Amino acid sequence: MSKQTLIPVGPYHPLQEEPELFKLYCEGEIVKDVKWETGYNHRGIEKLAEQKSYDEVFFLVERICGICSTSHPFAFANAVEEIAEVEVTNRAKYIRSIIGELERIHSHLLWVGLAGHFLGYNTLFMWAWKYREPVLDLFEMITGNRNSYAMFKVGGVRRDIENTKITTIAKVLALVKKKTDLLVGAVMDDPVIHARTKGVGILTKEDILNFAAVGPTARASGVDIDIRRDDPYAAYPLVNWKVITAQAGDVFAKAEVRLLEMYESISIIEQCLEGLKKEKEGDIDVKIKHIPEGYGTGRAEAPRGEVFHFVISDGSNSPARHKIRAPSYTNIATFKKSCVGQSISDATISLAAVDPCYCCTERLAVALDRNSGKRIMNAKEIIAHSTLITQNLLQLHNLSK
Amino acid sequence: MGSYLFYFLIYPGFLFAAVIGAFLSWFDRKITARVQFRKGPPVLQPFYDFFKLLLVKETILPARGAKGLFLAAPVFAVFGATMAGVFILLPLINITTGFKGDLIVIFYLLTIPSLCYVIGALASGNPLAAVGASREMKLIMSYELTFLLVLAGIIIKAGQSIDLYQIIQMQQEGTPFIGSISGILLFIVAIFCLQAKLAMVPFDMPEAETEICGGIFIEYSGTPYAMVKLSKYMLLFILPALVIAILMNGIRLEGLGILWAVLKLVAVVLLLTLIRNTNPRVKIKQAIRFFFVWMNLLAIIAIVLAIFGL
Repeated sequence: MSKQTLIPVGPYHPLQEEPELFKLYCEGEIVKDVKWETGYNHRGIEKLAEQKSYDEVFFLVERICGICSTSHPFAFANAVEEIAEVEVTNRAKYIRSIIGELERIHSHLLWVGLAGHFLGYNTLFMWAWKYREPVLDLFEMITGNRNSYAMFKVGGVRRDIENTKITTIAKVLALVKKKTDLLVGAVMDDPVIHARTKGVGILTKEDILNFAAVGPTARASGVDIDIRRDDPYAAYPLVNWKVITAQAGDVFAKAEVRLLEMYESISIIEQCLEGLKKEKEGDIDVKIKHIPEGYGTGRAEAPRGEVFHFVISDGSNSPARHKIRAPSYTNIATFKKSCVGQSISDATISLAAVDPCYCCTERLAVALDRNSGKRIMNAKEIIAHSTLITQNLLQLHNLSK
Repeated sequence: MGSYLFYFLIYPGFLFAAVIGAFLSWFDRKITARVQFRKGPPVLQPFYDFFKLLLVKETILPARGAKGLFLAAPVFAVFGATMAGVFILLPLINITTGFKGDLIVIFYLLTIPSLCYVIGALASGNPLAAVGASREMKLIMSYELTFLLVLAGIIIKAGQSIDLYQIIQMQQEGTPFIGSISGILLFIVAIFCLQAKLAMVPFDMPEAETEICGGIFIEYSGTPYAMVKLSKYMLLFILPALVIAILMNGIRLEGLGILWAVLKLVAVVLLLTLIRNTNPRVKIKQAIRFFFVWMNLLAIIAIVLAIFGL
């Protein structure tokens, strides 16, 4: 038996922009086993949501993920609207879909750039991010923010897209479409990219079903799922579009699915803009006085896959329980399949190919003793420990009473 | 003796090669930046980088590594690059060393920096550096044979001469070697060898920042890393200079010749930079296959053509 070396990817590594640790157990260059540790980014968002009013929770869940910052409010709105049994106006639906799809475009552009960077193709990285800028500018024009748009509320959206802005948006979209053509050409026709990504990190249809992977990761392996179609919400049933799938399941297929999805998103936005013209301006909001007791589930298709929110209401001003599942939660598990048996070069791009978002998915961290496997601390001890640390910090800065 | 020391230390050796190499490194970075819609660094940035590493930054040594070897490796890399530089640049500025077999020596000397990087990486005791070192070693083994074939092609074209000075003189009296089919093929192969020798994308897998965090250089910091940078600057000058010498009829340092010299150098470096900016990194396996199958094939075709005088 040959000796295994541990190649750490993380906690701070140029590959991923977030802290996480992948332990690649390698023999030579071949990855024999992979283990991962997350939990560097646990922020207690679910608990925090229980202390905030429904309006405030939108701003909180928006900050779960910086890149797909609309999908969480989207799912939360769906959940709360299910409890309150409200139907939002068509104009609000169109605006929600426009925001959601613009976000998908900028998120996919971001991924294409990053994937290029991981392959050492920094030119692609810079170009993709440059062409992402007009989308962010569009966001600034529509919502006032380049990121974390603060557009959603229970029963509608906060800001209207005035009809006068529609032509500008269409113009920017045409530009983005042109640039997408260029990027698609650069990625799909490059023989070296083919050599690096084809047949790498393959996930079969079976693997996807076993790991319950979602989003482009699943669609690239021929699993035809998309929440926008399967559990329709917002304006998606009102417009024509199709779910992009690929069969190969390798990194190239994942890139292909994302690139082609951008065209679908552009088409959806164009149709939504047409729809907006027919609706009355300013009709974006349904007044809701009270969220009744009950529970609701909300799902939304984030750029990375299905986002799931579960909300229990006790009739008060804030949710009694709020459960969040981000798409990376299931997608990260596929690494066990896609990385083992690959070389380190292939493993790293396979890790990046599912577009993982670790801090989105971190809901719980358990401290275990390495030898016995027993829990080191229970909930009360963790709270006591945290209080102690806070006190020490206060003393350090001479702030204690 | 005094003049040799001058050759070695000042011109055209250590100092000259380092300064020109630093400027070329700036040129490479600036072009890269412009290709990527960025502004790029100021002209003196390579010097700022170097002196910051040399004088300001702390040197951290790996706790479990072989420290002496770890520190000596970059110094020997600089020595190797300097020696190779002297042997390449002296004939290039029309001073004969009087040494009839210098092409072979140059070939060996140019391997020294890469080997030193491997030794330094292995001495650091870091697993990521070990992966990088194994990749660098595989890369050396794949491109060295190809590079030797290129030199063999040149030797045949030069009528069995292995004296760089004579090779240059022959081209300056007749036509440059690149002006023939075999010359063009040799040039293509040589450019890819340079790309691998300089560890530029698509052959930067020994460093592969997003895979193994800089691989062979991961443990280097401060002064030793300044030495690594210095050797890289020098290689960025002397390797294109070698290509100019063996294929593009060298340079003539008088009148318009100086302009031509600068143009040739810039053109070769520009070519390297553009290749680096329009390709993703390949895997080490693919690199080995690329050199062993395609580049060797191309080089052998060139040699056969050269034998027939094409």
